[in-house]
Amino acid sequence: MEFLRPESWDEALAVKAEHPAAVPIAGGTDVMVEINFGRRRPGHLLDLGRIAELYTWQHRPDGTVRLGAAVPYSRIVSGLGAELPALAMAARTVGSPQIRNRGSVGGNLGAASPAGDAHPALLAAGAEVEAESVRGRRLIPVEEFFTGVKRNALAPDELIRAVRIARATGPQQFSKAGTRNAMVIAVCSFAVALHPGRRTVRTGIGSAAPTPVRARAAEDFLAAALAGGGHWDEPGRPLGPETLREFGDLAAAACDPIDDVRATARYRRHAVAVMARRTLAWSWRAHRAAGAGEAPGPDSAIGRDDDEGDLACV
Amino acid sequence: MRVSFTVNGRPQRADNVWEGESLLHVLRERLGLPGSKNACEQGECGSCTVRLDGVPVCACLVAAGQAEGREVLTVEGLAEYARQRDRARPGPGGQPPGTAPGQAPEEAPAGEAGEASGEASALAPVQQAFLDAGAVQCGFCTPGLLVAADELLERNPQPADADIREALAGNLCRCTGYETILDAVRLAAARTTPAAAPAAAGDGTGERPC
Repeated sequence: MEFLRPESWDEALAVKAEHPAAVPIAGGTDVMVEINFGRRRPGHLLDLGRIAELYTWQHRPDGTVRLGAAVPYSRIVSGLGAELPALAMAARTVGSPQIRNRGSVGGNLGAASPAGDAHPALLAAGAEVEAESVRGRRLIPVEEFFTGVKRNALAPDELIRAVRIARATGPQQFSKAGTRNAMVIAVCSFAVALHPGRRTVRTGIGSAAPTPVRARAAEDFLAAALAGGGHWDEPGRPLGPETLREFGDLAAAACDPIDDVRATARYRRHAVAVMARRTLAWSWRAHRAAGAGEAPGPDSAIGRDDDEGDLACV
Repeated sequence: MRVSFTVNGRPQRADNVWEGESLLHVLRERLGLPGSKNACEQGECGSCTVRLDGVPVCACLVAAGQAEGREVLTVEGLAEYARQRDRARPGPGGQPPGTAPGQAPEEAPAGEAGEASGEASALAPVQQAFLDAGAVQCGFCTPGLLVAADELLERNPQPADADIREALAGNLCRCTGYETILDAVRLAAARTTPAAAPAAAGDGTGERPC
């Protein structure tokens, strides 16, 4: 095995072009487990830890946050809760403090696990993966990035440089089901983002299909219900229980889960329906509060005390 | 390959390191520092917790080559680190009560010369608190918990119970049921006067020089 330690991004691209099978490593929270257990013996490890720009983020004029691929989750939690609330909430549920200090969204995307905590939040917020090689740069919409279980759209010579995530213009929520509040791989997870400016809704489902997926029928239903009910113009209006229920049922219908050690497919569908209802109720409450002049908290956590549904959520 | 980095304030070099080797393996098997424990090798248990450039991490998930040029703090260096931090703090407070000079650290550095003498062998306040609270049973999780708890108290000298639980959520203990561990952290916090709050300590949120 060879340990490659590029000092700059351009050098990293050149190295990856020369050794397309080289395995990139940043926080190591996935890659080192595979090496420690002998499940992976790459010919080359490509350490991204010396490339400073991967550990920074910028606010772009187009309203996105360009998040460096290796920014640890702990810094997303502490620094981006207002701009990227769903992602910050998801980051907060990753592993433990030690894992959050090392793991990153770039690594989550690279591993492309259906259970990756960042994925539903990226799907809900709207995001593009900045993939780059010596051949050039391309932006991959995150919903096109996941191509199968632990498979993604990267070409062998490409590296993830950053993720461009739309800054929140409305409430966002994330919920994750697991057996405890730390060190848990999601049994399933759900994120929702309201985009009042465009009058759209976006969602993301984790760990309930071969890849992270959006619940598009649920999104369309809700956007139509909000428009038809005049809700966007009068944020004070409550959402009816039948709207919440239908949204949850459509979210569950978007799942294609399996039975495994963590849960049955049936449980996952049920839990996604509950989490969809619940996160929507929280989000709408925050939207109403914002419309009434109350400032939503930095993590839009208003209303998370409700007891809608019957599932303990993280 | 050769890896050079600073461990507990001292430059160290390891030769013939396998490229896929973890920082934990280098610390334990090549540098004679077995305080950081090897258990799950997948970041689940926290018994290998060390600080890398000040940030708590699982040493089993850091590739040895990634530590090149960086600073690592292990449980073996915790007492001295705490002492220096204490000295650097302005105002009253100073050395918290309850430390027992002359008592050996929980696990003495193996093969390390120089640190085992006189003042340097006293415990860090958090180590003393673990002893006094009876937070050590089999002791396997203790080094990782000490490093994690010390970092918590550095950044938040008066943590609420929720803060303690959160900070130690990545450290598993199969013996104690955690209650005595929580007691120990509360005790260490109580022994630190609010006036001794760390002005110089970082925010601990993962800022790292690159």
